[in-house]
Amino acid sequence: MVPITTLHYLVVAAALFVLGVIGVLTRRNVVIVLMSIELILNAVNLNLVAFSRMWGNLHGQVFAIFIVVDAAAEVAVGLGILIAFFRNKDTINVDEIDLLKW
Amino acid sequence: MNPMMHTVAPMTMMSPGMAPVATPFFFYMLAGLAIAGGVLVIMLRNAVHSALSLIVTLLAVTGLYLMLYAPFVAAVQIFVYAGGIMLLFLFVIMLVNIDRAAKDRRFNRMWPIGLAAGCGLFALFVSAFVKGRALFPDRMMAMSESSNTQQIADLLYGNVDRMGQYRMGPYTFAFEIASLLLLVAILGAVIMTKKKI
Amino acid sequence: MPNFITSYFGSTLTPGAAGNQFWALVYVFVIFTGVSVAVMAMNWLERKALAHFQIRLGPMRVGPHGLLQPIADAIKLALKEDIIPSEADQFIFWVAPLIGLLAAFTVYTVIPFGPSEAVSDMNIGILFMLGVSSIGVLGIVVAGWASNSHYPLIGALRSSAQMVSYEVAMGLAVVSAVLMTSMNEKGTGTLSMIGIVQAQQQQGIWFIFKFFPLGFIAFAIFAIAMIAETNRAPFDMAEAESELTAGYHTEYSGLRWSLFMLAEYAAMIAVSSIAITVWLGGWMRPFPNLLRAPAWGFIFSLFPGLTFAGLAAIAVIGTIRMPSHSFFKVQRMGLAGFAAVLGLIAFLLLVLAVAGRSPDASVAARFNAGIGYVYWFVLKIAVFMYLFIWYRATWPRYRFDQLMRVGWKVLLPISLGVLILTAIAGVVVS
Repeated sequence: MVPITTLHYLVVAAALFVLGVIGVLTRRNVVIVLMSIELILNAVNLNLVAFSRMWGNLHGQVFAIFIVVDAAAEVAVGLGILIAFFRNKDTINVDEIDLLKW
Repeated sequence: MNPMMHTVAPMTMMSPGMAPVATPFFFYMLAGLAIAGGVLVIMLRNAVHSALSLIVTLLAVTGLYLMLYAPFVAAVQIFVYAGGIMLLFLFVIMLVNIDRAAKDRRFNRMWPIGLAAGCGLFALFVSAFVKGRALFPDRMMAMSESSNTQQIADLLYGNVDRMGQYRMGPYTFAFEIASLLLLVAILGAVIMTKKKI
Repeated sequence: MPNFITSYFGSTLTPGAAGNQFWALVYVFVIFTGVSVAVMAMNWLERKALAHFQIRLGPMRVGPHGLLQPIADAIKLALKEDIIPSEADQFIFWVAPLIGLLAAFTVYTVIPFGPSEAVSDMNIGILFMLGVSSIGVLGIVVAGWASNSHYPLIGALRSSAQMVSYEVAMGLAVVSAVLMTSMNEKGTGTLSMIGIVQAQQQQGIWFIFKFFPLGFIAFAIFAIAMIAETNRAPFDMAEAESELTAGYHTEYSGLRWSLFMLAEYAAMIAVSSIAITVWLGGWMRPFPNLLRAPAWGFIFSLFPGLTFAGLAAIAVIGTIRMPSHSFFKVQRMGLAGFAAVLGLIAFLLLVLAVAGRSPDASVAARFNAGIGYVYWFVLKIAVFMYLFIWYRATWPRYRFDQLMRVGWKVLLPISLGVLILTAIAGVVVS
């Protein structure tokens, strides 16, 4: 069996990233779009931690902590916006969130 | 920016039997679980099912962090992501889940283009990895678990200790800004969801 | 004997740290069995103690003094009809108790019953325990949602909001105690559970008494928060029968409901063991520094045997006092047999305590020390379990808004204050 190298983790991270991108681009439910964004952030975290392991220092892990903090803040505000919008328009389809279209 | 290597206190002797067991098995199991969970997140119709498979993905990624000798990041992931953010998602899904959404189409009309863009992106990543293999010849392919025992001991035992040193060292300002960011996010979420501002 | 079994003998590490998977699995199996038996015993104790608090007798029929009641309950629940609401989400309905159960049982991998009697000693032990118990909240939310009914949904949302609120206070109280572990000459603390107890051992003081009253206030905050965390009285709004017809587990019947109860009792034991490890000195016997002479060590090592002897004596008295009617013959024999078993265990423990009284590396001494550690830890857990039952019998229920007010407006500022004062005290003292 091939020993597990950094490349294996990078490929897994890339796959998660691409799945998140496809979710953001194709799904109509806003909550699932936000969950796909969480997938993207997790892929980036995995990438950072894999490189931190490769280089042997902890800069990657500290950056990963920052990204987790940032994701928490973004999810809170994003879901707040979603709830506020849902109160006004009673829909959670991305296609129907078009109040600013001319 | 040059990564500043700070000297740390001398580490204790690494205990025997620390080498992880059956590493390829656990890696492929966790990686498969993570990717399967990711596929289910974007494919399932019911949003609660999607949230549960995202929890599975997050826990699998936690396992991958533990394999990468990052116990603190793994603990923060469980605490914040699986225990906090996903709870928030579940609450909001319960608040806004209307029956009409269950009968709607899952994907929007541009889904072939989205899928093609995703595949193109993945091809780009893979080509970058294949081409970039030559950049780190001895490190990229040589992440064997017992190659550098002192490095492993540094990374694992005293991980939290060293994270604390980084937090007080090069990243002090960043951590303070992160706490301000969280404060702003709390305020924003409260104001966004108030019925009368 | 194969090498993978004998290579662990004589080691002073936990099986996880020594890399020995066989003994780690044995420890996991022992812990799982022990927790299941403890949950059944806790069920019996709760019914008997609540009854005696309310001046009645509780279960008396099923075994002698109702000792076999939990087994009867378990058989009844297993044989009950498994009702699933037709509109419920089938998969999530099935998976929700499992999430809670997994979260409640996973924390037992890091609980130290002794300096090497833990499954593994993660160096983020306390963080792991708090994090995994926050996953249990997800099981409750999903259970309430999957039931597709009003009362469970409201109960689940209330219960999860309450658990999340009190997790913050719990975390801060634990942080102030972890801060105390770093007040040694090296200046570094530890998050590992075994490390925290060893820090208490090294500093010569249980953290509940350190910087009095700061350690005590932190312990009190954690004690209050852990009751709210496990949805026990007086914080059991979400599952009280007079309020919400049993809350998030209304629609669950039979074996599924018993999984929820198992998860709740296991979570109670888990959070009690966090409190014991962090503040009450874990596996250390009482007065480890005040009464340091080896004679005191010998006296305290007799306690396991004496406890079982006391229990055997109570069983014998119960046998003697049982009415001598032919209806009670089987119960008398059962109780006498139980007394005999307890007496035998007491005798074995006393023999072991006498044989291993000198602290050398002989097998008897090491077994004696190990049993001593486990005994004191389990005794402290038993005290906490009795306190849980006492609170349930004594205090009225908090209303939900009062509950949230206590969590956010009372406990959180106090725990922040304790943290800051502990830090200042640590700097001043050093």
